[in-house]
Formats: sequence, structure tokens, C-alpha cells
Amino acid sequence: MTEAAGTAGPAGSAGAAGVDGPGRPGPRRGRVLEGLRAYGLIAAMWIRSTMAYRTSFVLMTVANFAMTVLDFVAILLMFSQVDALGGWSLAEVAFLYGVSGVSFGLADLAVGSMERLGRRVRDGTLDTLLVRPVPVLAQMAADRFALRRLGRVTQGVLVLVYALVLLDVDWTVAKVLLMPVMLLSGAGIFCAVFVAAAAFQFVAQDASEVANAFTYGGTTMLQYPPTVFAQDLVRGATFVVPLAFVNWLPAGYVLDRPFPLALPEWVAFTPPLVAVACCALAGLAWRAGLRSYRSTGS
Amino acid sequence: MTDGDGAAAGGAAFIELDGVEKVFDVRRKTGFLKRERREVRAVDGLSFTVARGEMVGYIGPNGAGKSTTIKMLTGILTPSGGRLRVAGIDPSRERTRLAHRIGVVFGQRTTLWWDLPLIDSYRLMHRMYRIPDARYRENLDRCVELLQLAELLEVPVRQLSLGQRMRGDIAAALLHDPDVLYLDEPTIGLDVVSKAKVRGFLRDVNAERGTTVLLTTHDLQDIEQLCSRVMVIDHGRLMYDGPLAGLHEVGESERTLVVDLERELPPVEAPAPARVVRVEGPRQWLAFPASASAAGLVAAIAARYPLVDLSVREPDIEAVIAKMYAERASA
Repeated sequence: MTEAAGTAGPAGSAGAAGVDGPGRPGPRRGRVLEGLRAYGLIAAMWIRSTMAYRTSFVLMTVANFAMTVLDFVAILLMFSQVDALGGWSLAEVAFLYGVSGVSFGLADLAVGSMERLGRRVRDGTLDTLLVRPVPVLAQMAADRFALRRLGRVTQGVLVLVYALVLLDVDWTVAKVLLMPVMLLSGAGIFCAVFVAAAAFQFVAQDASEVANAFTYGGTTMLQYPPTVFAQDLVRGATFVVPLAFVNWLPAGYVLDRPFPLALPEWVAFTPPLVAVACCALAGLAWRAGLRSYRSTGS
Repeated sequence: MTDGDGAAAGGAAFIELDGVEKVFDVRRKTGFLKRERREVRAVDGLSFTVARGEMVGYIGPNGAGKSTTIKMLTGILTPSGGRLRVAGIDPSRERTRLAHRIGVVFGQRTTLWWDLPLIDSYRLMHRMYRIPDARYRENLDRCVELLQLAELLEVPVRQLSLGQRMRGDIAAALLHDPDVLYLDEPTIGLDVVSKAKVRGFLRDVNAERGTTVLLTTHDLQDIEQLCSRVMVIDHGRLMYDGPLAGLHEVGESERTLVVDLERELPPVEAPAPARVVRVEGPRQWLAFPASASAAGLVAAIAARYPLVDLSVREPDIEAVIAKMYAERASA
């Protein structure tokens, strides 16, 4: 069975023939586009909804930004007592922090609301999404889209700029190219974690705390160098939930640091592949979750 | 596979269920770690067909399987067994394709955008369902006129009353010209005027567009005023399927004659099988079979007693259905 997450895309394309069931060839790409379009439509509605309370929006954005700033102040305070953390300097840790912050911030902006899935399953409002002609994943991802989450991205960018000013990087073409690739792949990996965690909530509706451990917990972990963590944790973050590919590995290349777990240097360039693989797996998990919801109800 | 083909859609049976089942696995905590697994047959071998343009009331007590049926018909839930088609489409396999053909109104869950003017929700529907511009305008204008929404279009949904919001929700479900409209408790919590507006509109839509309507309700007046056919479900099985009037016969229901006499009197002696069931001052209540004529009874009483006023009350369907359930349970 290839169907589950709602098939057939737009009615127009599906109306061509009565073929159904496994192996329908074309519509996958159409469905992705349809999903993105629906995402845009719904996100725009949420932006307009927040603008109905303009003052509240401004206050929330400022508060959001201030909170993330305080988060980095904690690291500055730490470095006022020590010169290095696990052998990494303040500038290097700031680099890790910035990359992790921007990647996570982008993912949180794009699909962060998916953690609300459990609640929607419990109160039955997920059903209202299932009767719409657009993919549920897109509707869920765009749910409560909040521009104020840009506060975290902004803070991440500022910290990253701060790090780059402080650092004396021996820039090469490869390193320059790796920067945007690293940030986008990192965002992709975090998106996958968000989606997979949401899919898990189809089965366990009150598991949003477990999900938070991997998303918010993950980004916090990545703000520190891998050398401060136990080898097993680093191994888990490399091979099980591959958060190490967000910054530890590619940043190690940019900063000319030895790689954790004695990994070869070329792994620094694998984040895009890892991100694609993670998103594919998360997509499958989502499908499985939605299928189980549709066969069991809430 | 030849199912899922749109060609069947034009046939007489627009909604088709054949031995449809839905079994849930319910796990119950019986101890600290012990769980008991139990199968619950929410829908148990349900078969019926609904023709295009029919307006059907779907009733039953809570937990009877009503909403499970609706969820299967809309493709939200996958049946555990049996065959199910709506407009020739298998809902669970082609949910998004079916979505263009159906409209759904969940009585207690609005799909409108709380903080935005009503019109914004409609614009979203317009684009999400890719409704052609002319069609959208025409449908919107008609809904606005018939549901009296003109004044409300620019009002944020959160400021609408319950009745206004329900009208807004119904309009939202009809903008893409669905062939079938599912309504779950469409008049719940509405005042008398709003109820009348909603019912009148549904009648119009059904008459003009030939939209097939399936509605679940606890308000039997909805059914009396809208549906020529009623299906009663309990324990996942169909207990009655037919005209509303037939339900009275099945349930051996009775009508009530209320008479106001000039003064307090002992219970009137009425010709059998009519009998007095209640006396309150000068007012008396008499029960008689729904199938019998009230005229003879009234004449007999008027001839012997000082009659001031009278009224006839139609049987309470709720009571009829309760009686049906009771009979089923004891059988």
C-alpha cells in the first residue's frame, strides 16, 4: 500500500482515471507542491490572525527575543569563570550555539506547531483537517504559524555573527559553501525530528514532553561542544538521532577541530544527505502514524 | 480493481454501505501494569444506501456508532470490514479526492477562523478547494442571501453568536458545491429563530441543488421538518430505516389530547382505548393510539363535558425511540 496520508492530490489530476491503490505513479510531486501551497495559504491566515492583536504580537516577539538572549548570556557568564569548555573557546562555542540556534529556529518557525498534534487528537479537532482536500501534514505544520518565532532565528544569527567576528577562520571555498548548506541541512534535520515526534503522538497522545526532549533538548545539547559529553551520547547523536550533523561535524570542519568518534573528515559534507534521509524517514513515520489513527480512532 | 471509478457516481445509490464494520481495540487499565484488551464493535455489519438528493436523519443514543459511521463516510476512519462507497469513491483510500465532493459541518467544532472576519474563512476555502471564481462568487452570494450573512462578513468570527457561527459554518461547507453534506448536530444550542433559519436553508439547498444531506441530531424536530427518511442506529446496527411516520407504528406510539374543562372534575370517561393519564386542576391529558382519529374522541368528550379548550400533541419520538431500545434490549 502506498496510500495513507491521503492520496491523489488535487482533484483535477486524480479525476483522470479510476486507478487507485498501490503504485499510482505521478502524483507524489504534485502532492508535495499541493502541500506547500496549502501550507502557504494557512500560514498566511495565521499571520493575519496574529495581526488582529498587533500589540500582543510585538510584545511576544520582543519577549521571545529577550528570552533567547538571556539564554546566551548564561554561556557568557560561564566563560567569565573558565577559558575553555571541553577544549573549545568562547568564540567556538558561540559558533556552535549560533548554528544550532539558526537551524532549530528555522525548523521551529516552519513546523514547530506540530507538537500540538497530541492535543488535536485528544480533542477531536484533527478530524476537521482530515476532511480537507490537502495533505494533513501541511495543515498541521502550518497550524498556529507564528512569525514571533523569528526572534529565535534572529538571536541565532546575531550569535553566529559574533562568533565569526571573534574567530580567526582559515576560510576556503569549501568552508564558505558549507556555511549555508550546514544551516539549511540542520533546519531539515530538526524538521524531521519535529515531524517524527508528532507522528509518535498519534500512538501516545501525551508524549509531547518526550518530543520536547529531542527538539528543545537537542538544540540545547548542540550548543555545547561534543567533547563535554559522554562518548555514548555523542554516538547516539551521530548514529541514532543524527543531530551531530547539524553542527558538531560540519562545524568541526570549518573550525579545524578534530572530529568526535574519530570520524573521517568527509562526513562534514554529508549533512544534506542526512537531512534528506531523516525527512524521508519522518515522512514514513507520519504516514504510519496517520494510518494508525485512521484505523483506531482516538 | 474497478471500484473507485467515478462512473458509478451517477447511479441511484449515491452512498452505499454493505456490511460495514468498525472494530476498535480498547485497552483498559485493570491494575498497576495490567491492561485488559477488549474488542468494541462500534459499527457492526451496517448496510444501507442513500440515493442522490435524499435527506436522511441519522439518529441514535450516544455511543451508538453514529459518528463512527460519519467518520468512515468522510474518509477520516478506515472501516475494518465491508464495502463502502460515496459518489463511487472509496472514502478511506481516496480521502482527498472525496473531500472535493463532500461538505462536513461538525456542530460543536467550528472550522472558521476565530480572529478573522468571516469572509476570510471563505476566501481560504475558495483557494484551498480551487473553486473557480465565478462559481465561488455565485455560491457565496446565494449563501449570504439565504443565510442572511451580509452584515456578518466583515465581523471577526469570535464576535458572532452561536447561531450566526453555525450559519457561517454551513455556508463554508457548501462553497465548493459538494454533492453530499454531512451535518453533525447542526442545530445544537441554537435558539428557535436560528434553528428555523438553518432548517429552511437546508431544505432550500436540498431542493435546488439536489444536495444529498445526512444529518445526525438529538433534536427530533430537525428530522420532523427536514427528513423524509430516518435511520435509527444502536450498538452499531441499523434498528429502523424508513419514513418518520413508520417509526410511530413500530414504536406503538400514542398521541395526547389535552383538554381544558370549565372546572376541576374527576377524570373524564373517554371511549376506549383512550384513557386519562394525568389530571391537573381543570386540565386533563388523554392518551390514544397515534393511528386513531382525534375527531371522534373530541366529539365524545365535548358531548358530555363542559369543554373550554383543547389541543392535540404529536407523539414524542424520543419516547418512541427509547421504547424501541428497551424492547431490543429485553429481546
